[in-house]
Amino acid sequence: MTEFIHPGFVLITGALLLPFFRGPALKPYLMLVPILAFISVLNMQHGTYGVVNFMDWELTFGRVDALSQVFGYIMTLMCIIGSMYGLHVKDPKEHMAAWMYVGGSLGVIYCADYITLFIFWELMAFSSVFLVWFRKRKQSLPTGYRYLLVHTAGGLILLAGFVLRYKATGALDFNLLDVDHPTLYTYLIMVGFILNAAVPPFHAWLPDAYGEATVSGAVFMCAFTTKTAVYALARGLAGLDILIVLGVIMALYGVVYAVLENDSRRLLAYHIISQVGYMVAGVGIGTQMAINGACAHAFAHILYKGLLFMGCGSVLYMTGKSKFSELGGLYKKMPWAFVFTLIGGLSISAFPLFSGFVSKSMIVFAGAELHLYWASFLLTLASAGTFLHTGLKVPYFIWFGKNNCSKETWEKAADPPWNMMVAMAVASFLCIFIGSYTPYLYKMLPYQTEAAEYAMHVYSSYHVAESLQILLFTALGFFLFIKKLAPEPTISIDMDWFYRIGGRKIFWLANKPIQGFDTWFSDVYRTVGLYPLMTTAKFWSWFDWHGIDGFVDGLARLVRSIGTKLRTVQDGRLQYNIYYAVSIVAVLIVAYVFG
Amino acid sequence: MIVKLIDYLRDRLKTVIRLCYVVLALLVVYDVTFVDKHSAHLAIETLPGFWAVFGFVACVLIIILSKWYGHIKWFGSKFRIMSPEDFYDD
Repeated sequence: MTEFIHPGFVLITGALLLPFFRGPALKPYLMLVPILAFISVLNMQHGTYGVVNFMDWELTFGRVDALSQVFGYIMTLMCIIGSMYGLHVKDPKEHMAAWMYVGGSLGVIYCADYITLFIFWELMAFSSVFLVWFRKRKQSLPTGYRYLLVHTAGGLILLAGFVLRYKATGALDFNLLDVDHPTLYTYLIMVGFILNAAVPPFHAWLPDAYGEATVSGAVFMCAFTTKTAVYALARGLAGLDILIVLGVIMALYGVVYAVLENDSRRLLAYHIISQVGYMVAGVGIGTQMAINGACAHAFAHILYKGLLFMGCGSVLYMTGKSKFSELGGLYKKMPWAFVFTLIGGLSISAFPLFSGFVSKSMIVFAGAELHLYWASFLLTLASAGTFLHTGLKVPYFIWFGKNNCSKETWEKAADPPWNMMVAMAVASFLCIFIGSYTPYLYKMLPYQTEAAEYAMHVYSSYHVAESLQILLFTALGFFLFIKKLAPEPTISIDMDWFYRIGGRKIFWLANKPIQGFDTWFSDVYRTVGLYPLMTTAKFWSWFDWHGIDGFVDGLARLVRSIGTKLRTVQDGRLQYNIYYAVSIVAVLIVAYVFG
Repeated sequence: MIVKLIDYLRDRLKTVIRLCYVVLALLVVYDVTFVDKHSAHLAIETLPGFWAVFGFVACVLIIILSKWYGHIKWFGSKFRIMSPEDFYDD
């Protein structure tokens, strides 16, 4: 038995072999591969593995230490739960996309250099977009392209950041940057990371895409992109002060938009932004206690947010509805989905004995230790908002409240299939287990002394009384103001306005020249033959999604057909525009470095 | 089973609500009498029932400010953050 088998490798290979498993072999296989990935994480010993010399660079695929292990553990565990939840999905492509996506996330977590990080970073974006497209609604296509566009832009900023750093220092290692003396490249790398962490103003992709993803796709998406970004921030930028401010803004921003939101899954998506705000603030505080808190909260968050997306997803799966203004009173029809969602809601709200209680407060505590009282108080304020929405509004307006169901919705409503129920039950158990038995989570945290210190404090009478008062009096406010919170059938305008409407206006003005340039460029592109250059090139040829698709049976054809369909939906040939933009910038950057 | 329990409680809604008020009151009494407040970071936290007031005020503030933000007409135009669902449609 070798000590290190990369769990991402297990999942990616598993995804590539998946088309060979059909019929009765499919379901056992869907469970086996994530479990093997999880076992490979459990078997790892700390150390450095998988060092490959490629051209002038040393690539490291397997850096195993306490920080990467806690994330690797929860990611593979969530992959098991998510695959269980999606077990009934017959389309193998959806499972493949999900596993490639998790594989990308694990690749980022275990890598130790920016080139490897970047390859897997892009793999995450380019595979998860299929989880949006497979919803197959009319708006799924443009939503997916918007998601891809934003992440491609973020990826390029990250690329520019670490290439500038390489130019300046000759180093490509992915370790803590000099956060006390940040330079341009520090901030570029930061922007690349925080875009994936959905920090405002780079956050609008998240509710946009997660609200539109497939039922089980959203369960995967809510876990991996933002938390991988939190890992990257904790690894590379711990202690960067500006992250404290950004994190607190995030925590409150998500709460405000959650008040306004009518779609249950979009509401949960806004609460991801709010919760990831705690982690970003924790990383910004940067003490060992705070990093512990960020890791613990990411761990707990992946489970309860997955659980919440599974609960609301099962309502969507059964009834076809996710808006509060089209649901209500469903407790008689979907009692178990209600109970599981409520457990998720109590966990995210940090009720004593539930998982959020032992993780979220660690970040607040770390802030108070450094006398950052403004941050601690604002984060506590945001946690009242969390309970208000996810703990109260979501369960109340779906399972109680005014019954807005149409006759058809009401008839279709029932508890979901067994595999969804099992997945939710497992996640619920873990949420309560983590909250009730603290050593399970605390023993995994990177800094054991601080974890032990906090374990003494977490269930002190003061902390319990403080939390219960905040939560129960928030509940009082909720029921007194319940009329104000009644769902309104609206959508909330967010930062995506700028690239949905703003972009459209600019495009309208510049339509002719851009079209002209596009046609001209297409000709140049073909005649000069940029394509061979691309394929012989080094790491950035990964950008070439046709290349990636070459590996994945069927996906290439799918992209092409989606592209054709899209042309009738959208102005211009967006997919080629993204592709060109990425290629040009990549070529320029590489030419700059090696020219 | 769950449905029966929920229906049982809903049939006695008034009693349930009264019980909830009692729980809230007991919680504040507990806070004032028994809780060791040595680990509080600021003096203001040691005021009796401070976190109860904080929770309630936080909740009300969040509701009112968010709804104001969503409904206000920006720049005197028709534009609001909470827009009709077909806002982005062509």
